[in-house]
Amino acid sequence: MRITIDQDKCVASGQCVTAAMDVFDQRDEDGIVVLLTSTPPAELADDVRQAAILCPALAIHIEE
Amino acid sequence: MTETLNQAEIPQFPMARAAGCPFDPPPTLKALQEEGPLVKVRLWDGRTPWLVTRHAEQRALLADPRVSADITRPGYPGQTPISGGSPLSFILMDDPEHARLRRMVTAPFAVKRVEALRPVVQKIVDELIDDLLAGPKPVDLVEAFALPVPSLVICELLGVPYSDHDFFQDNSKTIVKRDVTPEQRAAAGGRLAEYLGDLVGRKLADPGDDLLSQLAGRVKAGELSQREAAQMGVLLLIAGHETTANMIALGTLALLQHPHQLALLRESDDPKLVAGAVEELLRYLNITHSGRRRVALEDIEIAGQVIRAGDGLIMANDIGNRDAATFPDPDELDIRRDARLHVAFGFGVHQCLGQPLARMELQVVYSTLYRRIPTLRAATDLDQISFKHDGQVYGVYELPVTW
Ligand code: SF4
Repeated sequence: MRITIDQDKCVASGQCVTAAMDVFDQRDEDGIVVLLTSTPPAELADDVRQAAILCPALAIHIEE
Repeated sequence: MTETLNQAEIPQFPMARAAGCPFDPPPTLKALQEEGPLVKVRLWDGRTPWLVTRHAEQRALLADPRVSADITRPGYPGQTPISGGSPLSFILMDDPEHARLRRMVTAPFAVKRVEALRPVVQKIVDELIDDLLAGPKPVDLVEAFALPVPSLVICELLGVPYSDHDFFQDNSKTIVKRDVTPEQRAAAGGRLAEYLGDLVGRKLADPGDDLLSQLAGRVKAGELSQREAAQMGVLLLIAGHETTANMIALGTLALLQHPHQLALLRESDDPKLVAGAVEELLRYLNITHSGRRRVALEDIEIAGQVIRAGDGLIMANDIGNRDAATFPDPDELDIRRDARLHVAFGFGVHQCLGQPLARMELQVVYSTLYRRIPTLRAATDLDQISFKHDGQVYGVYELPVTW
């Protein structure tokens, strides 16, 4: 699994952090998404997929 | 289909709920959902926008850049006449202006910042419960608990003196009522904007460690006018009051009506179960029952229908959250289901920016109140309770409880 994010689209809703805290974080200044790892371990794959589904700005893309 | 119906057959929106059924969406609305994902409804001003009834189409359209939230566009299906004096904030604007303004206030709502506030909220909740237990009963849970919790929290975050709460709670209530005149709403908005404008002015001179002070800093830097800063303050203050407070009171009433669910919640100390219960109550209760209003910028083909540029759209999130295609047995309150896909906070770029804070507050409340007052019960019959049918945000006006 390979993740990419689009910070321009992100609206800082924090859904991704709630779903997968070890993969996504938010910038201190404005809460915009920060990717901690683009290739997460397999056990986090479901959480990451959930984050992408929940992201209201469609800012998370996954290549399986 | 619906387009060929003659004018008189197009149902009026919003519709009334069924008597004695305070948690379910109006039956007419549910019938419309069965008719199709997009149906026409008639508004107070005779306009006939599309009502989007199903969860998948709601999410798709709310995330579609061809769909605008700009209230000043012709075709926008307004809830009431648009009055010049009402504060226009970024929730009624499109990008890039919306994104520019929104990003100025998102930092304190980031998940980790909100988590750091959890002990503060826990303390607020515990102290209010101490007061409840020490005071007379029955007591109105709205006045004594449901409203003070989010009010104290948002005041702390914004840097608004809580001692002024009578003033801003009264004006905030007026703004979200459905049955006030545009003049009354504009006057209440004007009073709040003036109050927050003054506060921003004071924070310009004497900044503190709060969101209004940060906005004042932006004013000083020339990134924002004082008026815009005040309008953002009004939006956050209203949103902070009118949503979480209703979720606490109405959620408590719903749980009291579902004792088995309440027992599950009370007897578990698993934070995941509590978090899931919060999502399920958000899905089930749908306090934002007026729908998300939008207007199409281009022709959009969806679900076998063509939405024309300039057509108004209303996403009825209350029935979207009761869509059996996404939530099996949608009319059942089941705190153990996975309800996270609900659209109670909206979807797309306008999704509620305060949602991490709302979630955390509700998790603290739902995991504390019923455990500390295990015999909590309504002190009146359901048919004696007055519901906010007339509100843009649904809830109860009062909830007398005892224990
Ligand atoms: S879920 Fe999407 S919009 Fe929300 S913070 Fe993460 S990337 Fe941004």
